[in-house]
Amino acid sequence: MRIKEAFEKRKTNGQKALITYIVSGDFGYETTKKNIMSMVNAGADIIEIGIPFSDPIAEGIVIQEASQHSLEGGTTLAGIFKMVKELRNETDTPFVMMMYLNTIYRFGTERFFDLCNECGIDGVIVPDMPFEEKDEIQETATAHGVDNISLVTPASHDRIESIAKDAEGFLYCVSSIGVTGTRNEFTTDFDAFFDVIKKNTEIPCAVGFGISGPQQAKKMSRYCDGVIVGSAIVKIISEYGEDSPKKVYEFTKGLRDALDE
Amino acid sequence: MNKIGRFGDFGGQYVPEIVMNAVNELNEAYEKYKNDPDFLEELHEYYKNYANRPSMLYEAKRMTRDLGGAKVFLKREDLNHTGAHKINNVLGQILLAKRMGKKRIIAETGAGQHGVATATVAALFDMECVVYMGAEDVERQSLNAYRMELLGAKVVAVQSGTRTLKDAINEAMRDWATNIETTFYCIGSVMGPHPYPTMVRDFQKIIGEETKRQIQEKEGKLPDCVIACVGGGSNAMGAFYDFVKDKKVRLVGAEAAGRGVHTIQHAATIARGSKGIFHGMKSLFLQNEEGQIDEVYSISAGLDYPGIGPEHAHLHDIGRAEYLSITDEQAVCAFEYLTRMEGIIPAIESAHAVAAAMEIVPNMKKDESVVICLSGRGDKDVFQAARYRGVKLDEN
Repeated sequence: MRIKEAFEKRKTNGQKALITYIVSGDFGYETTKKNIMSMVNAGADIIEIGIPFSDPIAEGIVIQEASQHSLEGGTTLAGIFKMVKELRNETDTPFVMMMYLNTIYRFGTERFFDLCNECGIDGVIVPDMPFEEKDEIQETATAHGVDNISLVTPASHDRIESIAKDAEGFLYCVSSIGVTGTRNEFTTDFDAFFDVIKKNTEIPCAVGFGISGPQQAKKMSRYCDGVIVGSAIVKIISEYGEDSPKKVYEFTKGLRDALDE
Repeated sequence: MNKIGRFGDFGGQYVPEIVMNAVNELNEAYEKYKNDPDFLEELHEYYKNYANRPSMLYEAKRMTRDLGGAKVFLKREDLNHTGAHKINNVLGQILLAKRMGKKRIIAETGAGQHGVATATVAALFDMECVVYMGAEDVERQSLNAYRMELLGAKVVAVQSGTRTLKDAINEAMRDWATNIETTFYCIGSVMGPHPYPTMVRDFQKIIGEETKRQIQEKEGKLPDCVIACVGGGSNAMGAFYDFVKDKKVRLVGAEAAGRGVHTIQHAATIARGSKGIFHGMKSLFLQNEEGQIDEVYSISAGLDYPGIGPEHAHLHDIGRAEYLSITDEQAVCAFEYLTRMEGIIPAIESAHAVAAAMEIVPNMKKDESVVICLSGRGDKDVFQAARYRGVKLDEN
């Protein structure tokens, strides 16, 4: 419910939602907590809690390196849940976990979603679980009221219809083919892409992959209900480490201001 | 559960949405051509006149005498063009790519044998070829890396993660996601999302089909045991497949125990792995309790992989095949043994199968027979074998 409300609140005010991503545990849980609160305070509407994985095949080099660095620092899923629970004393902002399927599978699907409920996780995004394999978690996620957030891409073509129809929470619209990471320009025909998407779903759509800063965020936001920024934030955290929360606040504020212009 | 491409509970299509249409397109093309007479005729023409098939089934008489048990036969995949079984699969996939109108081929490689086979066939069909190889493997197998470049391929040394085969696969998958419309991903083993495990097995099953025919000509009966090394498991699946229905034929896979399965330096997925979902498939993997994939180790770059093909996981699950763990030490001893006993230098990967045979054969009867799939030749491993024995060679 919190995800839906977050989009509705912005929509009512004629605004766009801002979704920001972080690699959890990089430079310690305390740094992650501070960064998440920086993003919330600067106007992010939904936080994507990235769960580091040893082999993140859908990620570009920035998130790969941050994930590896975080794991080397001892980050665990149990530790991340504990951190999320603590954050719930400070904010009601919706949290979605972005993670690879093996993490859920190995942790135990039932136990994983129990902890989502206990700690206040609103949704999951699993990039290596396509529509055909979503039964792996769908029943349990639904029973726990956690949204299973789907992705569509410019290479999805005739698959968009069935994916969009079943979408929950929001639809993650991948801006261009490839992996995560900032891009200088996009070649996707966004009008055509979002035309098909909008025809097939009522739920909010957010665009992500490759959005590097305020100008791009603003430009992309006109096609949909929200924008997702990941690697650009992770890059700042990699550069400034424990000193990043102030920089992350400034960057997120810049995104918010650009969207509200 | 999605039933597509399942072996029991194993297999499936766990890949990012961005590549799903490409996976489906490949599946449709494979379904269309796998029984197409023209496709099969062309494939078998290349098997025969380019890859040098059928590979011979050689009776290893000195080894048989020395081990004092069953009669030992070697299925000589090492005599194929490019020196390993890998060419069987690559010819199939690239002929398929050609029919699909793809002009750019990418591949991952561990020891370099699959990379060399891919670069070779890409040269033959005038296709652009990029091979991803872990930076550590480029160092251990520099000869193969240069061989690929000679063949006109671009070799990308992958620096991420553990810098070995699994990281090369990660990087190849990222390339595929980025160049999805133009690129054909030629996977080298019976792994990855459906249709790869099935398709690669089908392109390799000729090993077992020939073996069956050849041993019946020589012995008048089926072998009692077939042994092959297993990394991802393509030569083993190829050697086993035609015998799976012959329940009396014992099927044995030899996986890499590195410095021992009780150390952390091994790649023995069946012995020490657990169920997981990775690289497009549900299978067995070496991983920690949080599902992070382990760093694995073997002297053999071709077996140095933290997973196993889903059909092997299934054959193990139902008890149809058994899997032995072979240490570096056993593999090097078997490498030297076969070289001196029969004048055949096996790939260090295949030496794992020879080592398994050295354990099994003495306990068998003299009227029984064993086939070892000699999946590749060992020229590429000579430097490493010397290094293992502390012999210094001028590697430059």
